[in-house]
Amino acid sequence: MQREPSIRIVVQAEDFDPGQEEALLHDGDLHIGGSAAFVGRVRADGDDLLALTLEHYPGMTEKSLQALAEQAAERWQLSGVTVIHRIGRLLPGERIVLVLTASAHRQAALTACEFLIDALKTDAPFWKCEERTRGKHWVEAKAGDNNARQRWANHE
Amino acid sequence: MSTLHLRYFARLRERFGRDAEPLGIPAVPYTVADVIALLVARGGIWADELGGPRVFRVAVDQEMAQLDTPVHDGAEVAIFPPVTGG
Repeated sequence: MQREPSIRIVVQAEDFDPGQEEALLHDGDLHIGGSAAFVGRVRADGDDLLALTLEHYPGMTEKSLQALAEQAAERWQLSGVTVIHRIGRLLPGERIVLVLTASAHRQAALTACEFLIDALKTDAPFWKCEERTRGKHWVEAKAGDNNARQRWANHE
Repeated sequence: MSTLHLRYFARLRERFGRDAEPLGIPAVPYTVADVIALLVARGGIWADELGGPRVFRVAVDQEMAQLDTPVHDGAEVAIFPPVTGG
């Protein structure tokens, strides 16, 4: 008997452990053939990036991530999805986001994982403020992120 | 008279110098576009950010909205720059 997809959405300041999350997502479900993971980290963009501060819209953030996870779980018949996004001040090299998808077969997990990170970048209310040696400024949304998102809509 | 709960995030929160405010609107059918027009009428940074070519997004009751999305008494209307998470 196949279980309902398990969906775990977390927005937190603290770091996460991808290995521990994979074990938690698997949770002894013998129908799971594998998990795909995307772990995003703060990139040392230029020599002068000191930190990124992540702001979000409490309530709407969790709702939008939940909706995306449910959409992915249904579209690719996933066994489970975990999305963890950190907020607050993060230093270059630190983990910022985890997308984890589990399914019976690898293709569904890999594709759904890619969809979720693309969709999260344009649909979930997070904003990055860069702290550089010359001062702070808000990161502008990239056209490339919208194009990546649009690619999935075209397939719907 | 109806009241909306406005919220601002990120760059717009800093520009407007506040993260939330109540906004009174007439008790008639009202849309996001009407709310934006009311804010643009304040002039200054409001007209600069919301009345020109700068791109912004609006959510009504924590769902992404369009200019023609209706707003109701007590609605939470959030205005923010395009998102940059992930």
